[in-house]
Amino acid sequence: MTADPLISFEHVSKTFQTARGTVEAVQDVSFEVAKGEFVTVVGPSGCGKSTLLNMTAGLFSPTAGTVRYAGQKVATLNQRSGYMTQNDHLLPWRDVEGNIRVPLEIAGLSKRDRTARVADLIQTVGLAGFEHAYPSQLSGGMKKRTALARLFAYDPETLLMDEPFAALDAQLRLKMQTELLGLCRRLKKTVLFVTHDLDEAAALGDRILVFSGRPGTIREVIKSPMMPDRDLYQLRRNPAFAQVTSDLWDILATTSGMEG
Amino acid sequence: MEVIGTSQAGAAAAAPGGAPSRPRAFPPALRQLMMQAALIGGLLVVWQLLSGRLISDFFISRPTAIFAVIVETTLDGSLLYHASITAMEALLGFIVGGALGILFGVALGWSKLLADLLNPLVLCFNSLPKVALAPLFILWFGIGLNMKVALSAATVFFLVFLNTYTGVRAVSQELIAILRLMGANRRHVLTKVVLPSALTWVFAGLRVSVPYALIGAVVGELFASNRGLGAMLSQAQGQFDTAGVFAALFAITVLSLLLNAVVKVAETKVMPWQSGDHQQNTTV
Repeated sequence: MTADPLISFEHVSKTFQTARGTVEAVQDVSFEVAKGEFVTVVGPSGCGKSTLLNMTAGLFSPTAGTVRYAGQKVATLNQRSGYMTQNDHLLPWRDVEGNIRVPLEIAGLSKRDRTARVADLIQTVGLAGFEHAYPSQLSGGMKKRTALARLFAYDPETLLMDEPFAALDAQLRLKMQTELLGLCRRLKKTVLFVTHDLDEAAALGDRILVFSGRPGTIREVIKSPMMPDRDLYQLRRNPAFAQVTSDLWDILATTSGMEG
Repeated sequence: MEVIGTSQAGAAAAAPGGAPSRPRAFPPALRQLMMQAALIGGLLVVWQLLSGRLISDFFISRPTAIFAVIVETTLDGSLLYHASITAMEALLGFIVGGALGILFGVALGWSKLLADLLNPLVLCFNSLPKVALAPLFILWFGIGLNMKVALSAATVFFLVFLNTYTGVRAVSQELIAILRLMGANRRHVLTKVVLPSALTWVFAGLRVSVPYALIGAVVGELFASNRGLGAMLSQAQGQFDTAGVFAALFAITVLSLLLNAVVKVAETKVMPWQSGDHQQNTTV
């Protein structure tokens, strides 16, 4: 752990008031993410993983404890972070190109720069030929890729990703994971990546936070023994990967609250 | 309704009419059109047979007589003249009322302060039947074109205003949050999320207000005018000319359908992302 973590959670708890009473989403969670680190958060559905991302993005504040970003308490929207949610949240009235262009327009790029950058991003995520399709005409995977391209378009320092590839087929997921890992390494992105897929958590994470459900608490932190520039296509033959996934299985199998 | 047993995968690429599973004499769209024409034709025949036999043609006239009036007034140009007056009034009212409705809808939807302030006023004016304003508008604008435009605009305004307001309020907060994380300011949020998102509602408001624009114009003419389809209507009624009344009603209906078609075309032009929807299979 470095001296100055980029993201730090200090004894964070969050409760929600719902019609059926108080729900405790996360309880006394403490962890740190260093700059340039890829941290995956894995655990059963509904264990408050997304709540962590929402608090990092500053969409809401913790009930107790403190969330800090670059040393500052997160009080308003954290504009140094980019959020890719389970729901891709594309603008339905803009085509693929238009959606990817949104952050560039906000940043005030010239039209020529925007066009070049959008074309580049469309190539990266493999959406060539679909530039002028509207989200309603795209498959789930294509929507995800558009959202990913948009996320990279505005080049945030930190990526907050909430099961971004859950809806993709295995091959496409592997391709997107490789793409993401490569881009993040190259651009030195810090990533907080939520998933319920153990393989995905093990494949991508430098560190893996294992959550147990209701209320969500950190059960264990696993440091990945794999090289940062690992080849995701060769993971099946990587004994270190096999070790991490079986460890994860062991931890989660003994965790209560595996429902849903 | 018929169940067509084609594969789901193939249906997405098929034309809106659906993929025929077996050869038919006519494509489904044409078949439907023929059935509709047959229904209308049948109703006209029944009408023709009833009038003068079961019901006096003083009350219901007869299709042939109405057709004769339509032909006659078309040939001497009077039908087109009256229709163009009414169309002009309704169109101007539609444009003025629609533009103001959109403007106020966005302003009040966007500014909570303004909405809270104006809420009681809006509530009062909205509960008022707009045609009841006709006498006031006669005092203000006289009995010319302006009064009909005002009446039409007042009716259209509230429908478009309420729809726009609701649309601006219904915008997805998640989309706004996502854009704000990208560094968007209020102007960005307004132009990139709120306005496009409200557009669907705006057009819904515009579409329902087409007949109301005509109501405003026609009622205005009924009150005080010697021109327009409303005037034609009241003149025919004054002369107990039932066929003339029906002919005017027919012309009003055609006008309304035309205006509707214009709005529909504008809608697909302005919102191209909506047009593909109905061609897709429903997914959940």
